[in-house]
Amino acid sequence: MFRRYRISFVIILVFVAALIWINLPDNPGIRIGEFERSLETQLGLDLRGGMQVLLEVDLPPETAVEARALQDARQILENRSNALGVSEVLFQVAGTRRIVGEFPGLSEIEEVIDALKETGQLEFVDMGDTPLPEGTVIETDLGRTVSEQVEPSEEDEPILWHTVMTGASLTSVGVTRDELGAYVIQFELDDEGSAIFAEHTTQNVGKYLAIVLDKRIISVPRIETGITEGSGIITGNFTLESSNALAVQLRYGSLPIPLTIVESRVIGPTLGEESLQKSILAGLIGLTVVSLFMILYYRLPGFVAVLAIGIFALITLALYKLIPITLTLPGVAGFMLSTGIALDANILIFERIREELRSGRSLHHALELGWKRAWPSIRDSNITSLITGGILFWFGSAFGATLVKGFAVTLFLGILISMFTAIVVTKSLMYTIIDLFGITYKPGLFGLK
Amino acid sequence: MFNIFDKRYLFFGISGVLILSGLIVLFITGLPLSIDFTGGSLLEVRFTTDELPQTTEVIGVYNDLNITDVRVQTTTDRTLVIRSPFLDDDTRANLIEAMEGHFNGEVILLRYESVGPAIGREVTTRAAGAVAISSLVITLYIVLAFRSIPHAFRYGVCAIAAMLHDVGIVLCLIAFGGLLAGWQFDALMLTALLTVIGFSVNDSIVVFDRIRENRNLYRRLDYAKLVKHSIIQTLQRSINTQLMTVQFLLLSLVLFGGATLRGFALVLLVGLFSGTYSTLFIATPLLVVWENQEWRNWLRGKTTDSPA
Repeated sequence: MFRRYRISFVIILVFVAALIWINLPDNPGIRIGEFERSLETQLGLDLRGGMQVLLEVDLPPETAVEARALQDARQILENRSNALGVSEVLFQVAGTRRIVGEFPGLSEIEEVIDALKETGQLEFVDMGDTPLPEGTVIETDLGRTVSEQVEPSEEDEPILWHTVMTGASLTSVGVTRDELGAYVIQFELDDEGSAIFAEHTTQNVGKYLAIVLDKRIISVPRIETGITEGSGIITGNFTLESSNALAVQLRYGSLPIPLTIVESRVIGPTLGEESLQKSILAGLIGLTVVSLFMILYYRLPGFVAVLAIGIFALITLALYKLIPITLTLPGVAGFMLSTGIALDANILIFERIREELRSGRSLHHALELGWKRAWPSIRDSNITSLITGGILFWFGSAFGATLVKGFAVTLFLGILISMFTAIVVTKSLMYTIIDLFGITYKPGLFGLK
Repeated sequence: MFNIFDKRYLFFGISGVLILSGLIVLFITGLPLSIDFTGGSLLEVRFTTDELPQTTEVIGVYNDLNITDVRVQTTTDRTLVIRSPFLDDDTRANLIEAMEGHFNGEVILLRYESVGPAIGREVTTRAAGAVAISSLVITLYIVLAFRSIPHAFRYGVCAIAAMLHDVGIVLCLIAFGGLLAGWQFDALMLTALLTVIGFSVNDSIVVFDRIRENRNLYRRLDYAKLVKHSIIQTLQRSINTQLMTVQFLLLSLVLFGGATLRGFALVLLVGLFSGTYSTLFIATPLLVVWENQEWRNWLRGKTTDSPA
């Protein structure tokens, strides 16, 4: 009767071997044809240290934001970050108006953040005969404009200046130094831009052309001759960092929507490391005590349960690496809680088995009944926990609250896996061991008098 | 086993006192909400100077930069937690510089959180929504799962009563924690609360499940006896699961895990324990009270003795 579980047992053994391999600390990763996966555990910000920023669309709440625009903005932010030398960065859309940015390992990045969230809208504006000073904020006729009167303008009514061309026409952007050693931005234009530029400059020799970034004038050169080669330079009071930042903004395009920072968090790396080590220690201590109890109280089934929990841990950790799931500190707590639930399922089954054994059923019968009768309890009680996990996930996802999400995900996953191991793995292990060792029913073996 | 049912009003009373005292504390001091819900900024800094700076001096540095409404808390001998209204990144950098200059030593930023007020409000609404939806969905699920028993609705209500009891106990714990140890109710605490809600029902379901099974087996048995019997049958499992496994894991987390998770783990510890307690001492006695309609006896001033 127990024989047919031999096959499951072998499958489980193979499975476990694979799992152990996946979980090895310095695993180089999987490469199957085109499918590539690095098998490192992803640690959340609270364990690694780093910065998390929540950006929100800076438009009035009634204005609808297209999902497309948010996705484009996300991509642009990512491009800019990479170009600025930030090695690891993750941007994700959260809800309908927000983007979460995570910068592991960084804590002093004011300049990077500034470069990132600036819209980066470059305009070439016809100033005619009146050059306004650098730093003035102006209104242009480009689409919808939002102007701030940072410095009071001389006229009573704000003048609407005409935009000749925008940064969208730039094909390449670079930073060099001019003859005086100052940093300048060199750019080249596409065909359409070259034509517009050529036309405007030849017709307006002697007039001023302002270069405006996000409605603020950076420089106002005078047009000396017509420029037909389709290239030019932008001068201004640039440092190496600021010219680099501007070049990056121009290179990847302006953000389709304005963004502002509504929440930011920084965790220093020391705190994260301490917490992780302590939690792992706590987990191991707890698990050892619990395993001892299980073996002492339930004897043979207890031993089987400990094995099953070991497999449960292997499966869960392997899944964290494979999916991958970012592990946070609450996530570790969620994992431990789900370990408790895994044990609970086993305990439900064992108590049932003991009851049946006490009322005189044969070993085989008691085992079958144990699993059969305990299943409704396991299923029903775990479903409520799954519901809670789902709601927690929903709660955290609108703000990119990775801590809450981390807990919800590990709990949810842990419960699912625990149901699987309690029903399938424990059963196979138990039956196989009984079969292999020819165990017959002895009360002591099952923790009964 | 001790006679739970005979003393059921005693247990109702104990719980009532605990929850009431917690609610009174909450009423007086208000729930200590963290910046996750109120908005604002939090700085956790470690000083490398010889002496830990006085809190008034630190507040002074903030005030010099025109930031008022600052509260400082000492966590360990070298670390301060400073709460203030919302600071943007530039201001934060300026503050660190100012503090380093003022106290002549390096200031290590352990942790920094800044939440805009609009976000804070939204988080609060969502949190309330999460609690409400959880309770609702769980009630519906129980009624659905137990629809084959007569009076399925009662089971749902009693389970929810037990759950509310657990929420009350947790809030009581947080209230006293806030009062005595400076706890703050942040997003993580809310997570613990929602988890307790989800789990409180677990134990109730296991017992109810057994009641359902026994009901089908022993149709003639008196209800109170049936319930008592079901409890005794599932008691060993409840104890083992709760005390021996989950609680041990959580206890080791409280004792050996880092400070960051301590409050969280403690809330889970107490909350889950309360979950089992409420199943045995609140939910199931309530079922019996309901079935026997004992409120008729309250008015007459006597209680029915449960059949032995």
